Amino acid sequence: MYWEIEIVLFVFLITTALISLFVKDLLAAVVTLNAFSFISALMYVVMGAIDVGFTEAVVGAGVSGIFFVVLIFQTSRRSSD
Amino acid sequence: MLKYKFNPIILLVSRVVSPFIMIFALYVIFHGHYSPGGGFQGGTMFAAALLLIRLAAGFDIAQLQFKKILGTPLGSVGVLIYFGTGFLAMLSGGEFLNYHFLPFAGFKADELRSLGILMVEIGVGLAVLAILVAIYDDLLEGYPHD
Repeated sequence: MYWEIEIVLFVFLITTALISLFVKDLLAAVVTLNAFSFISALMYVVMGAIDVGFTEAVVGAGVSGIFFVVLIFQTSRRSSD
Repeated sequence: MLKYKFNPIILLVSRVVSPFIMIFALYVIFHGHYSPGGGFQGGTMFAAALLLIRLAAGFDIAQLQFKKILGTPLGSVGVLIYFGTGFLAMLSGGEFLNYHFLPFAGFKADELRSLGILMVEIGVGLAVLAILVAIYDDLLEGYPHD
């Protein structure tokens, strides 16, 4: 229905996914993964699934990001390069 | 391994923002009947407000707000509320979670169904809130390595 908005959201979705895969800094990877999750929530809302989009925004962009940050604080790299 | 640094600006902003997130989470839980949202989303949002304070102020200060011991018992209480509602309807003659048979006097049938859904959603929200905070605490504790 709103195919222009969907195309823009798809471009941002793939961009954030590729950035979070290929970036070196783990904290930046978590932040871009949160952006990916939030954009997919926006896509659910555009497609008309408000409830699924709400769940994705709260869980994916809210709580799982906090868990990933805690995980990064708890671990360390094996090699320092 | 990164180090924790105390930052007063981040603490102040999260102290201001956190109660508004809690109010909106309660709104989402209590309007779950007739709008998007419900127990799971509201409970997760409430847990996000608690975790924001835990992340900004550190573990020891956040114990004043929500103690670590409280995690598993509150989750169990939430599950008990859910199953208690279901079995209450079962004991008074209906099926499991058939809200029409809830034994509350003075309510019409539609009000009874609305009340039953509200009780179930409060239970789900409480369980999700407590278990998410408990997961965060267990992650933070870690285990001894090296």
